[in-house]
Amino acid sequence: MPDAVIAARWQFAFTIMFHYLFPILTMGLGVLIAVFKTIELRTGNPQHGIAARFWARIFAITFAAGVVTGIPMEFQFGTNWARFSRYAGPVVGQTLFMEGVFAFFAESSLLGVFLFGEGRIGRRAHWLAAVGVALGAVLSGYFIVATNAWMQHPVAYRAAGDHVELTSLWGLLTNPYLRWQYPHVISGSMVTASMVVAGIGAFYLLARRHEETARVFVRVGVVSAALFSLLSLFPTGAFHGENITRFQPAKMAAMEGVFRTREGAPLAIIGMPDTERQELMDPIYVPGILSYLAYGNFSARVTGLNDIPKDLHPPIEIVYYAYHIMVGLGTIFIAVTAAAAFFLWRGTLFDRRGMLWILMLTMPFPYVANEAGWVVAEVGRQPWTVYGLLRVADSSSTNVTAGMTYFTLFGFMGLYLVLGILYLLLFARIVDEGPREQP
Amino acid sequence: MSLNSAWFVLLAFTLAVYAILDGFDLGLGAIHLRLGRTRQERERLIDTIGPVWNGNEVWLLAAGGSMVVAFPNLYAASFSGFYLALMLVLWLLLLRGLGIEFRHQIHHPMWEDAWDVVFALSSALLALLFGVALANVLRGVPLDDTGVFRGTFTVLLNPFSLLGGVLSVSTLALHGACWAALRTDGDLQLRARRFASMLWTPSALLLLAVIAASFVVRPGFAGNFTRHPILFAFPLAAAAALASNRVSIARHQDRRAFIASSAYIAGVLGSVAAGLYPTLLPASGSGTPLDIYNAAAPPQSLRIAMVVYLAGLAIVSVYLVAVYRVWKGKAGAVYR
Repeated sequence: MPDAVIAARWQFAFTIMFHYLFPILTMGLGVLIAVFKTIELRTGNPQHGIAARFWARIFAITFAAGVVTGIPMEFQFGTNWARFSRYAGPVVGQTLFMEGVFAFFAESSLLGVFLFGEGRIGRRAHWLAAVGVALGAVLSGYFIVATNAWMQHPVAYRAAGDHVELTSLWGLLTNPYLRWQYPHVISGSMVTASMVVAGIGAFYLLARRHEETARVFVRVGVVSAALFSLLSLFPTGAFHGENITRFQPAKMAAMEGVFRTREGAPLAIIGMPDTERQELMDPIYVPGILSYLAYGNFSARVTGLNDIPKDLHPPIEIVYYAYHIMVGLGTIFIAVTAAAAFFLWRGTLFDRRGMLWILMLTMPFPYVANEAGWVVAEVGRQPWTVYGLLRVADSSSTNVTAGMTYFTLFGFMGLYLVLGILYLLLFARIVDEGPREQP
Repeated sequence: MSLNSAWFVLLAFTLAVYAILDGFDLGLGAIHLRLGRTRQERERLIDTIGPVWNGNEVWLLAAGGSMVVAFPNLYAASFSGFYLALMLVLWLLLLRGLGIEFRHQIHHPMWEDAWDVVFALSSALLALLFGVALANVLRGVPLDDTGVFRGTFTVLLNPFSLLGGVLSVSTLALHGACWAALRTDGDLQLRARRFASMLWTPSALLLLAVIAASFVVRPGFAGNFTRHPILFAFPLAAAAALASNRVSIARHQDRRAFIASSAYIAGVLGSVAAGLYPTLLPASGSGTPLDIYNAAAPPQSLRIAMVVYLAGLAIVSVYLVAVYRVWKGKAGAVYR
């Protein structure tokens, strides 16, 4: 692959993985803020209003960081991936454009109203602004994931020479691949936001600060995290996995380290893929489970990498390990949040300092799990930009050199380093300052 | 009107709305270090745009999105062609957003001063670069016969485009001063009015210079106007708005002055669009220019996106009205 393409891939991977750190939190946090506002409106409990106000401040800096790092994504389609834009613009442009005019407009206009409007507009209107922000964030994710889903599994198009044409907007928006991919992404975001909310609550309880508000954080965070950890596994993760088997057998084979096609395929819990010898080293297998997960039948036939042409193999190790990191962490989240939810139900959670420590320390890991999930999705799609239609090597700009891209990549790295430090600094400051009683 | 032409109008419209809305906060940024004498005054100036700048900037993304969907070849050619220039714009947008959002997070003089400078410099440079870009579109850029940009960053920095950049800075600064006069009171308001009347004359003179230079770099530019005299409505409206701006500033009619500067920006951009049509990106050499036909997406994509866009526009208008109604009147402290 030419250097310029490699450079463009590095730039895209770096900028999008950094960008995604922010929407992971805001999509879920928007919903949780709306939940806090709803409880406040219904019960009149001021603690939920205080909680909403606190998380709105975190939401604001996260949203700002997400917006400024998101703009380069839209630009890069044109700057570094001009041939992809020419080829797929008539289709992917639709969803990107809908994101802008339907979701992003709502989110950014209403966020101003929500952040600064408390006291200026009525209680009901303020609640409505919170719900609008949450809907905007979640809808934004929908259009972006719909764009990605089309690249994973192109539907509703007609090939016309050097580009594709869209045949049905409805088809594009109801892509069968999207049906489980989107709920899975949102579920991952909800887990992240819930565990951050619960984790900060746990920190306050451990530090014996703002305890009344912290209990609200922990209660809502733990219940939501337990629910969505389970939903990430089943049904969203399981059925999304079935879709991958159906539409992208190479990705599934790489995810599970299946080198040879077989019936009644076992699930590898651990094992290291050895691409030289085309086998999994030191595996621990659970018989028949992979066939069941992929097809709902313990003896079904699972396609292995040996039945897929070598030049269509994705980078196996990256996909395999990213997938196992995601699933392993997901399992831990289920265990941790189920235990916390159990103690909450028994009414002993706030006194169990060990459990609170675990909640606090688990906070960063949903980010790792979400990023790993996207690595599986994107690296697993290699060597395609649009699965089965357009290769990555044929997608990049012809008039942009590797040098230009590396130059700007380093520019982004420098800027994002500063941004990342500032973000963490401000996050820590808001946490240190604590919830505010008054708007 | 054909679908392709309708999309040309929509793209021009979106960019004009962007220029008017983000224009006042860019312009305010460019002058806020001079306009606000104390840290508190500068903070009040930023408060006037705090709740709305983000929504304003979405129009730029919407313009980008409409290019991807309606004119994918224009998007691919110009974005890959203007690579370094666009990356510079990106970094400035990034820094500027951080300047606005992070400034008020820590109340320390050094922190606030540093972000004020970042906000001012990035706003001014963005205003300059947008003017440079528009002037290059007027002048034409080196394209090959497949409509791919074959030039370098420095080609874009020619005397004509730099003149356009300076015009853009002064126009947006005037627009920003009118906004500040509308949204502040007391000393700050008086100073904003003074700034606006001070900026008016250079803006008008620069406009005349750019118009004169346009006939040199692009002799055929007036063709559309002579063929369809109705198009003179745009430059005439711009001239009338500019005159009304002057009068309103002198009479301390802040709202009218701001509306006039908005109309002036719309009139100038409308004139440029009217002169270019149906070309989207002219070629300066012998290459193939990109126009609304050879750069466009297939008809059904245009049709579907048009429905989406019109529906989106209806919804967005409701938000815009609602949001600006919540924030109408003099700015209070929004960040605290």
